[in-house]
Amino acid sequence: MEIANYMPLVLLAIMAVGVAGLIIGLATFFGPKNPTREKMMPYESGSDPIGTPHGMRFSIKFYLVAISFILFDLETIFVIPWTMTWRDSAALGHGLYSFGVISIFLAILTIGLVYEWSQGGLEWD
Amino acid sequence: MAEVLITLVKIIVIVFVFVLGVAGSMTLLGDRKQSARIQNRVGPNQAKFFGFSLLGFPHFIADGIKLVLKENIVPAQANKFLHTIAPALVFIPALIGWSVIPFMDHYCTGTVMTLPEHGYTEVCVDGEWKNYFSIMHMNSGVLFAFAIAAISVYGAAIAGWASNSKFSLLGGLRSSAQMISYEVAMGLSLAGALLIYGTLNINEMVRMQGNLLGDWLPMWGIVIQPLAFFLFLLAGLAETKRAPFDLPEGESEIVAGYLTEYTSMKFAMMQLAEYAATVFIAALVAVVFLGGWQMPWVYADGIRIFGNHWTPFGEEVWYYISIVLRIGAITFKILFLVWLQFMMRWTLPRFRYDQVMTLGWKILLPLSIANLFITAVIVTILA
Repeated sequence: MEIANYMPLVLLAIMAVGVAGLIIGLATFFGPKNPTREKMMPYESGSDPIGTPHGMRFSIKFYLVAISFILFDLETIFVIPWTMTWRDSAALGHGLYSFGVISIFLAILTIGLVYEWSQGGLEWD
Repeated sequence: MAEVLITLVKIIVIVFVFVLGVAGSMTLLGDRKQSARIQNRVGPNQAKFFGFSLLGFPHFIADGIKLVLKENIVPAQANKFLHTIAPALVFIPALIGWSVIPFMDHYCTGTVMTLPEHGYTEVCVDGEWKNYFSIMHMNSGVLFAFAIAAISVYGAAIAGWASNSKFSLLGGLRSSAQMISYEVAMGLSLAGALLIYGTLNINEMVRMQGNLLGDWLPMWGIVIQPLAFFLFLLAGLAETKRAPFDLPEGESEIVAGYLTEYTSMKFAMMQLAEYAATVFIAALVAVVFLGGWQMPWVYADGIRIFGNHWTPFGEEVWYYISIVLRIGAITFKILFLVWLQFMMRWTLPRFRYDQVMTLGWKILLPLSIANLFITAVIVTILA
């Protein structure tokens, strides 16, 4: 693909950014502006907020999910090129070899998933 | 210059008329009128246009005007810049992804011939393919669509963080954790289908699904990869944070999640982007698993079934008829999938958060790995 082929994408991106900017502009410039202290207060069931959310503690599980995501998404990144090149290997007569390699790869990842599962990394309590 | 004009027309028709039209009318018909029917209510019928309530359509316009005229509130101590760009970060990817969705095969300036002995491939004789029906012909379209769709995670997370509200922060965390969890299962279930198609180009993929098994059964993705279809659809549902998966906005627990501190058109933009994402997931499922613009037994040079070939109205006229039929087919498929998502949304109760995570990591992920492995075994044996 040449650079010129990406022209529609650039046009669409410009238009999407333009529309998004227009909508935010509408939100900002139309409508009344009379802020009061109560109105500007972050919502906390109507009472004065206690502390800031940025010092708030939350479950460590969200970090675990993010780390697992990185591992398994990397797996997808390795698997998808293999699905594309499998045909070429098969045409050269290396189909079985290619399949064996990806089987080992998938097996290692499955072991990883089983290990994480058995260690309780996927539990939410 | 003509090329730029054609592209502009395509962008306006596909993205701004079709997508935003469907997304907008869905907020009304799908989310308000249909939900009202399901819950035995009447739904919006008070705003009238010359005395007609028109299925509540004037409400849609009235709501739009009302939202424009509302005050735009940014909470005190919130990060103003991030709070403002977060809706755009959700909205822009929902539109850009549409650049790779084909609404019809390329237009052939010559005559199209279908070759039943070569898997019902269509070739263009005495002419060339002109790309009139998708915004862009990209050789790695599926990857691009995924990459773009994944960006909206940032929008939700930033909206949650920048609002300076505890509910927003929790909603942002929940939504990002949920979206990344299901992205894994989505990508892996897709890998099985990609292994069979052997291409990342969405239009090529749809062309391959024109093949007929035993000269009558359309070889759509759902036929060759039934398990992957269900995994992908489920993961896609969770990805749009709709249906039973709307934990990030679970109002009984965290008010409105990351939307809590949004008002006016910024709120409307977030909502519209979510509906646009619903339509986008429907389009992805349609092109990868439901044959895209393929209509069973309808080919550019006539109708073919059981080895019979029949061209009504002559070749020239039939080509145009087939174009209309095929555009109708993909539109119907997208609308059907959108309708399905809304039916699920209003029929099923919301999951608990641990159930969502269990479904994503303990059920969909192992199943998608198994699906990929079994597909690889079958493909290797058949080769």
